[in-house]
Amino acid sequence: MVIEKTYGELCVTCNEQGYLTDLNQWTKEVGTEIAKEEGIEMTDKHWDVINYLQDQCRKEVPLSIRKVGKSGVVSIKEFYQLFPKGPLKISSRIAGIPKPVSCI
Amino acid sequence: MENTIEKPVAEKVDDKKPIKKMMLILSKATIDNVYACFILANGARMEGIESEIFFTFFGLEAITKKKLEKLHVATVGNPGMHIPTMLGGLPGMEAFATKMMKAEMEKLDIPPVGEFLEILSASGTKLWACKLAMDMFHLDEDKLIDDLDGVLTVGDFYERAKGDSTQLLFI
Repeated sequence: MVIEKTYGELCVTCNEQGYLTDLNQWTKEVGTEIAKEEGIEMTDKHWDVINYLQDQCRKEVPLSIRKVGKSGVVSIKEFYQLFPKGPLKISSRIAGIPKPVSCI
Repeated sequence: MENTIEKPVAEKVDDKKPIKKMMLILSKATIDNVYACFILANGARMEGIESEIFFTFFGLEAITKKKLEKLHVATVGNPGMHIPTMLGGLPGMEAFATKMMKAEMEKLDIPPVGEFLEILSASGTKLWACKLAMDMFHLDEDKLIDDLDGVLTVGDFYERAKGDSTQLLFI
């Protein structure tokens, strides 16, 4: 099921869990608005992670917390501090990429 | 007709409470049990759920520095392996089966035990050793991993499980 959602002035399409269905619709403004819904105040460090995730998604590399930890962008500990309520699933939602299926 | 409910469906509210904390007890040292425990603990943290592991009995091997990378899968008495018991006991069989299993796990991006413990610790999973089991195996704390959060009694562990929506799981 696809839902239309308005963030600021932009209308985007999401799945029922609130993940964008098309990364091309993503803007930094959309990301900031989704972060607000998740209760996260974005900082430069947050955006570094988001950029990395989008980059990996475009390269079609499956994501896991282990890979993010090894990326050099952020350590696993910092990753949890940035997105405490679920690092990979929340950061992916803010980044506008599909929800990762990894268990690690 | 006093007992008639007028709107039986509409009145129902979704009052399911999400799990807040997973308290896992690992009592075995076979690699399949250790990974099941670690994946459950890590999966909880990934969903924003607190998690803690209590290592007791043979589970202590998974946090013993010299042993944690040498854990095996059981080829004898394990019908899931589909290896006849007579063959499962042959020298090298366990090592071979374990090597195969580890190779498959690496393909799925599942880390080795030592690295997995580091990931768990970094994610905020609390790692506890059981005092009684340590006494029984004559194990000192310095033989255990540096990331260990401490040594507890069963009572201490239950104390930590306090609160609504905590689940305990024995592996």
